[in-house]
Amino acid sequence: MHIPDGFLDTKTWVGFSIISALVIGFAIKKVNKEIADNSENERRIPMMGVMSAFIFAAQMLNFPVAGGTSGHFMGGVLAAVLLGPFTGILILTTVLIVQCLIFQDGGLTALGANVFNMGFIGSFIGYYIYIIVDKILNKSRIKYISSFFAGWISIVLAAAMCALQLSLSNTVPLNIALPAMVLVHALIGIGEGLITVIVLGFILKVRPDLLEIKKI
Amino acid sequence: MKNVIITGLIISVILACGISYFASKSPDGLEKVAEDKGFLHLGEGKEIFKAPMPDYTTRGLKNEFLSNSLSGLIGVLITFGITFGLGYLIIKRKK
Repeated sequence: MHIPDGFLDTKTWVGFSIISALVIGFAIKKVNKEIADNSENERRIPMMGVMSAFIFAAQMLNFPVAGGTSGHFMGGVLAAVLLGPFTGILILTTVLIVQCLIFQDGGLTALGANVFNMGFIGSFIGYYIYIIVDKILNKSRIKYISSFFAGWISIVLAAAMCALQLSLSNTVPLNIALPAMVLVHALIGIGEGLITVIVLGFILKVRPDLLEIKKI
Repeated sequence: MKNVIITGLIISVILACGISYFASKSPDGLEKVAEDKGFLHLGEGKEIFKAPMPDYTTRGLKNEFLSNSLSGLIGVLITFGITFGLGYLIIKRKK
C-alpha cells in the first residue's frame, strides 16, 4: 500500500510529513536514550539492521490474493514484537526511505503518509494491539493468536488510514475508498498474520533467547 | 549473535535475490483500488524525481531475473548498512 506521488494533495502530504517527522524524532530519542542508559542494549543494533534487511526482502514477495490483486508482507508487528514499538517505527521508516529513494516504490511526497501508515500504525499501534490481545488471552508463551490478530489488523488499520488520506486529498470519496481498501486488505492481512506467526515460531524454535531482547 | 546476523542476512538475500522474481506481478491492494475506482491516472508520471532502480530493476541488465536479483541484493545491503551504521554512529557519539 505504498502511496505514490500524485495521490495526495499538498495539505495532506505536508501534514503527514510533519506528523511523521515528529514521530520519527521521538522514536529516535527514545531508542537512543535506552541504548545510552544501558550498554546491554547495544546488541540490538545489529538485530535492527538484520530486521530491516529481512523486511525489505520480504516486502518484495507479493503473493496473489483474490481478483487479480497481490499483497505483500509489511512486517510492522513482527519488528515490534521482536524489538519493540519505537524500534519498529525506525525499521519500517528505513525500509520505506530506501524503497522510495532507490526503487521508486512509494512517492517522495507521500513518504510521510507511508511512514505514518506502515511505521506508526502498522508497527507501533499494531504492537499495542498485540499486547492488549495477549493480556486478554494470557495463555501461551508462543502468542500465536495475538501475533496473528495484530498482524492482520495492522494491515487493515493502515489501509483504512490510507483511505482517509486519499479522501482528505479529494482523490476519492471516503465512502468509496474505505470499504474498498479495507476489504482487499482484510485478505492481504491474513498473509501478514500468517507470515508473522511463522517467523516468530521459527525464531522460537531455533533461537528463543532472541525473543527476550528488551522491547523499546 | 554473529550467527544470527549472518543467517538473517543470508535468508534476506535468498528472498530478495532468488525468490522475489517469482512474486506475483498483479497490482497490489492500493493499486487495484485505484484502478477500480478510477484514480490510478493521478499517480502516473507524477514522480518528482527518478530513482536509480525503478520497480526493482537494474538498468542495462537485459536478463529480467538478474536485473531483479541485483536490485534485491543492493536493497538488502543498503537497508542493513543504513540501520546498522546509523546505530553505531549514535553509540560512538554517546561515548
